Amino acid sequence: MRFISVIAIKEIRTYFASPMAYVVSAAFLAITGFFFVASVSDAFAEASIRGYLAGAIFFMIFMSPALTMRLIAEEQKLGTLELLLTSPLREFEIVFGKFIAAFVTTFVMIVLSLYFVIVLFVYGDPDVGPLLSGLLGLSLYAAATLAVGLFASSLSSNQIVGLVVGSGILTALTIIDFVSERLTGVVSEVLDAFQLGASFSVFDLDSFGVAEGGHFADFARGIISLTDIAYYSSITAVFLLLTVLVLEARRWR
Amino acid sequence: MIKIEHMSKSYGPYPAVIDISFEVLKGEIVGFLGPNGAGKTTTMRVVTGFTPPTHGEVTVGGYNVVSHSLDVRRHIGYLPESVPLYLDMTVTDYLTYMGEIRGMNKSWVKERLPKVIDMVRLGEYRNTLVGRLSKGYRQRTGIAQAILHEPDVLVMDEPTIGIDPIQVVETRELISNLGEEHTMLLSSHILPEVSAICKRVLVINDGRIVADDKPDDLSEKLQHAERIEISVRGAEAPAFINAMRDISDVVDARSDQRVSIVQRAEREDFSPFIVDARPNVQASEQIAKTIIENGWGLTNLTPLPMTLEEIFLELTTEENLGE
Repeated sequence: MRFISVIAIKEIRTYFASPMAYVVSAAFLAITGFFFVASVSDAFAEASIRGYLAGAIFFMIFMSPALTMRLIAEEQKLGTLELLLTSPLREFEIVFGKFIAAFVTTFVMIVLSLYFVIVLFVYGDPDVGPLLSGLLGLSLYAAATLAVGLFASSLSSNQIVGLVVGSGILTALTIIDFVSERLTGVVSEVLDAFQLGASFSVFDLDSFGVAEGGHFADFARGIISLTDIAYYSSITAVFLLLTVLVLEARRWR
Repeated sequence: MIKIEHMSKSYGPYPAVIDISFEVLKGEIVGFLGPNGAGKTTTMRVVTGFTPPTHGEVTVGGYNVVSHSLDVRRHIGYLPESVPLYLDMTVTDYLTYMGEIRGMNKSWVKERLPKVIDMVRLGEYRNTLVGRLSKGYRQRTGIAQAILHEPDVLVMDEPTIGIDPIQVVETRELISNLGEEHTMLLSSHILPEVSAICKRVLVINDGRIVADDKPDDLSEKLQHAERIEISVRGAEAPAFINAMRDISDVVDARSDQRVSIVQRAEREDFSPFIVDARPNVQASEQIAKTIIENGWGLTNLTPLPMTLEEIFLELTTEENLGE
């Protein structure tokens, strides 16, 4: 545990010592702000963060891998991975420490964006249930996308490869319903069950869509379902495990 | 302290190290010498637990590098050849972090860090970003992280590569001092460095250990040839070289390349040659006799001591021929 926190603290400090965290936060706030404003500025608009959530989860397809792309790829490029792996650390401690750092950084961004909620309470009467379930869902969604990004970062010493592979996996999970729509039977259902949650209908400024069949739909509606929690937790766990395996495999090459 | 028994390591079908065995005793400084690609780095990576051996047994301080990797890593300080550093951290932050991931607690780091920074003379740069340091100071930072946690065994891969000559001297001094309290395995492809620092040299070539000796004994043992500098008057180079090669104890003869063409022209008919002959025979006598019989004027005949580099070259080239 001590090693995990040592690594997490170092990585968080690196995030906030470099422009990365600030640039990504600024972009996150700007984009989610746009979707939030667009969703509540109609006449008789619903006082909810639905637009913000839809924008946030869509943007995280690219933001999460951008935040994590450095974490392992750079250690490989600098050669510092050799020092990490010859220190008395276990691979999972390295991976967990880095994951926690990325998650904390993302969580800080989410907290920064909470002024949207304050705005809602000042000017309207939002329903508290969907607010809380939405933020819980957003945190779980962030964890899952960061785990995918971290895995992508472990694959090579090139950060751009990490970004592209990470966003690629997340995009594939996002557009999986395009594929399942054209299929029938069990295959279609199985594919549907993997729908990550964001939707390209986010750009349709009337619906502010999250994917209807996806795992985020219930969170956005105010429903906390065990299936959705299990889905995001599984994606997080599986990709963290894969990252550990990639690092362990390196030892045996 | 380090014990390697019949260790081999292959990367896929490519063997990097083939069946090597040696032992480094507690307190010993052993130099690991070989040309680039000989298997030095691979061996060090196996010893430090970065990569496991394909075959054979490697133990450090009694712990097996595969089954007790964590115990091994706790006892080792390692400076890889590339001197990996986080460029966006200050020297103090970097060293604190490295200490902590090596299992040091905060108070130990706090107590030990100033001593180490003094030892490697990084005092005035303690709050400088690592990325702003010159290569030599980065090297010192790298050495500092290797010794910070007071490891029993120090493994240093090419610690003086790529730094300027003055810093090389300082770094060697520093390493020599460290050797007084650590068991050390140090690699290099520069012989004088190894002979200056180490009491024992392992020469590795093409993945095999080809010599294991004290630096002085190494040069003596490997003196297969005596090198003789000869100047003669009135001899055509090809005729002289052929005459020399006809002598049974002469291995090779050639014009002295150390002398420039201009100097050669100035000396007119004083042609300098280098002749390699087998030692422990009366080669000089035979050479002198041949020269006189040919009617040339012998003006100089001096046996030259072989430099360590030449021995090393010879050592490794001979191994190549043996294959």
